[in-house]
Amino acid sequence: MVTVAASAIAFLDPQTDIPRIARALGETLFMVSVSFLLASVIGLVLGIFLYATRPGQILHSRVVHVVLNIVVNTLRPIPFVILLVALTPVTRALIGTSIGPAAAVLPLTIAASVGIARVAESNLVAVDPGVIEAAKAAGASPLHILFGFVVREALGPLILSLTFISVAIIDATAVAGAVGGGGLGNLALTYGYQRFDWTIMIVIVVVLIGLVQLVQFVGNRIARRFIGR
Amino acid sequence: MRVLDDVDVSVAAGEIYGLIGRSGAGKSTLLRTINGLETPTSGSVVLDGVDVHALPPKDLRTLRHGIGMVFQQFNLWNSRTVFGNVATPLKIAGWKDDAIAPRVAELLDFVGLGGKAFAHPRQLSGGQKQRVGIARAIAGRPSVLLADEATSALDPQTTTEIVDLLRSVNRELGITIVVVTHEMDVIASLADRVSILSDGKVVESGDIHQILASPRHPVTAGLVGAYTGTSLTDGEKSSLRAQFPGRRISVVVDAATSGGPVLSRLARLHGVDFAIIQGGVSRVKDKPYGQLSLELHGDDAAIERFVAELSQTATVTTW
Repeated sequence: MVTVAASAIAFLDPQTDIPRIARALGETLFMVSVSFLLASVIGLVLGIFLYATRPGQILHSRVVHVVLNIVVNTLRPIPFVILLVALTPVTRALIGTSIGPAAAVLPLTIAASVGIARVAESNLVAVDPGVIEAAKAAGASPLHILFGFVVREALGPLILSLTFISVAIIDATAVAGAVGGGGLGNLALTYGYQRFDWTIMIVIVVVLIGLVQLVQFVGNRIARRFIGR
Repeated sequence: MRVLDDVDVSVAAGEIYGLIGRSGAGKSTLLRTINGLETPTSGSVVLDGVDVHALPPKDLRTLRHGIGMVFQQFNLWNSRTVFGNVATPLKIAGWKDDAIAPRVAELLDFVGLGGKAFAHPRQLSGGQKQRVGIARAIAGRPSVLLADEATSALDPQTTTEIVDLLRSVNRELGITIVVVTHEMDVIASLADRVSILSDGKVVESGDIHQILASPRHPVTAGLVGAYTGTSLTDGEKSSLRAQFPGRRISVVVDAATSGGPVLSRLARLHGVDFAIIQGGVSRVKDKPYGQLSLELHGDDAAIERFVAELSQTATVTTW
């Protein structure tokens, strides 16, 4: 793969192709990192609420749990490309434009937030009840149990889940590219696919693969520190 | 569903109290009412004069600083080191950092894990995990330690080590221990007094030696018999009846009967012979305990006199 990329790069025009790819990579990184950061905050808060409002949990509330469930279950099955288009008026109202990387951040953030909410909830539910029991027996307060024990014990799997979601965001930015979001996906589609420039397409695919590998490697590394061998 | 009903148990300060019964008897539920992990629908749990279930949540949490608990599956916090596991209850109880470190070191030495402070729970064996569990439970110098099937996930050798450790927690640190288990050998070697639970009720309570020597309730007799390997099932009785047609008795052997040559002296005195047809004797907390089944030979009047006199020093049943 590396040799394919290396020989492909030889065919790239250093005056036009390379700056174009670099700019697209920058746009992709911008979309991925901003939407990932925002979605992590929103998604984790939602996920913790989904968990904590379950029956028997510290913020047990049927109403809140059902409402959150409906929100998450409504947004999750919508195919991303449809969400992207459907949100156009909202995006225009909030960000001032509906095209370009900045505009793509809103639908990316919304889709990723509900995804993170659900995986975070299941990571928290999977925490051994014995852990909670021991914390209760030691006299820990409900909030301390939630953050000091449940969330803390779930950190390793949570980081792996966030890694999974960040790879899904990289994937989704390509879709955002299809409707003018910019980034590597946009470039691969317009120059590579529609103008039959196979070289640029292969280079972009290799860059995307490298990006995903890097994200997964970093995620695994961080998670391992929390999984306590 | 009623898990517990009409339960009246009182544990004295400084003793080791056993709660034993089969799975589903309600013994763990009863234990968990002591630190408020379970709330009874009616009735009360009084600890040092405080009604545990009348306390507001905040006071209940404070009360829990003074009650340690160890679990069957250890329930260690895997995201924390051994040190972190033992230090956390102290932090919760508001100890200062500079007091925590020496206290944790002292506790790890006490449980025999001096070199393991920075190990992760996943790197430890079951026995080591339970040692951490015990160190964590007694960290804040509780007055009571609740042991919920603390040895049930361990092999026999490790069980003995953990039982010894629990005994030194009680004898050396003066911590009252309530032990829940389905293993009679744990109760027999550890507890001072015991309650037997069956279907959510306490069917029998008393001193461990008295319970072992003369179980009154069938559930107790079953547990004791299974433990000593000396109890007779109905099937065994009928096959022994066919094999030994004479007069058959079972004698409970305890300090009174094995302290001297009681059986042979009485047999000689009354001119009776006996064959040992079943049974065994073992030692429980340095006292003999067991049961022997005998077939008696001799004339009927002599056998009657022998049984009558033996009954004055031992528990004898004819079958």
